[in-house]
Amino acid sequence: MSQMNPAKIFLAAFLVNNIILMRFIGLCPFFGVSTSLNTSAGMSAAVLFVMLLAAWVSWILYHTLLVPLGLIFLRTAVFILVIAALVQFVEMFLKRYIRNLYSAMGIYLPLITTNCAILGVTFLNIDYRFNILQATIFALGTACGFALAIILFAAIRERLEDAPISPAFKGYPIAFIGAALVSLAFMGFIALFGIS
Amino acid sequence: MSNKKPSRLAYLTSGIVKENPTLILMIGLCPTLATTVSARDGLGMGLAASFVLIGSNVVVSAVRKLVPDSVRIPIFIIIISTFVTIVDYLMQAYQPGLYRVLGVFVPLIVVNCIILGRAEAFAYKHGIFDSLLDGLGKSIGFTLVLFIMGTIREIVGNGTFFGQAVTPAWYRSAPMLFAIFPPGAFFLIGLLKALVNKTKLGGNK
Repeated sequence: MSQMNPAKIFLAAFLVNNIILMRFIGLCPFFGVSTSLNTSAGMSAAVLFVMLLAAWVSWILYHTLLVPLGLIFLRTAVFILVIAALVQFVEMFLKRYIRNLYSAMGIYLPLITTNCAILGVTFLNIDYRFNILQATIFALGTACGFALAIILFAAIRERLEDAPISPAFKGYPIAFIGAALVSLAFMGFIALFGIS
Repeated sequence: MSNKKPSRLAYLTSGIVKENPTLILMIGLCPTLATTVSARDGLGMGLAASFVLIGSNVVVSAVRKLVPDSVRIPIFIIIISTFVTIVDYLMQAYQPGLYRVLGVFVPLIVVNCIILGRAEAFAYKHGIFDSLLDGLGKSIGFTLVLFIMGTIREIVGNGTFFGQAVTPAWYRSAPMLFAIFPPGAFFLIGLLKALVNKTKLGGNK
């Protein structure tokens, strides 16, 4: 695993093991904000940003603090608190210094604390024994995969709005079935390679 | 007294059908879809999350008068992650096979919206016993959906139930694999949600 080349890690995280459609991590924002292309793009940008930061901070903390001190069992508590603090900090920083970026993705930032995609990536980086470069690429690939899935799906959902659908299937059910079809398409990549 | 009893019972029962976390409120979807490849995995995940939900509900409710309003969320998260760590290590020790299958979804219970949602919306405002009932009800509802989905997916996609053959040999030699692959999970929950809408189990919503 630790010998895996960076391009493979990126493609695996981006397509083959797509975080939403194959791994089912991060479904709440997937169904929550994919109602329009704009919100999907904003959410994707926020996820990309926080996911990279979270991957670095959690990796460094884990390997320089938790492992040497023998505190691995605190992993869950430490990671979630670090992410919560990080998101808060990023929000304050953007609000103060980069107003444009804040207005584009500010409202999505608080939602990200409980986004399991971010926490999932920090755990997977540890479980796969990635070094920091691989962890960065994995986080980048995962965030791009998240963006791809959510933007593709938003485009489908915008069309579903006007489609004649029987009342029982309106809303969530048809969205799930749409997601099933997109996921089926992504299964085509499964024969390539993957990380497991 | 007679007034109080039915309302307490309602805390327990509302989570099972009327306010079912997964099928009516549509929260906690990730584990519902990811860990229901077989009946055993679904049940295992349901029980693990139930332990955390009931435990955190009781503890949050017990400390609710000591916790200042402004830092309640971080404190909830610490309480929840304590229970998640307990489950994580218990499962690793006693159910290593199940732990390997559930993988990253065991630590991810910590961000399950159902658990933080109940801590914030219910346990923080109610007594210990009521919170216990509420946690129990929501847990039953959640575990039930996971178990049903796991059962359907295992029978259709693998022809077995808890690893025991329940379909004829000709079916098991070429089962509908779609059901145990990721798209099958999306498809099945779509159908279940449509059924819920059709029968108006969740009221007129």
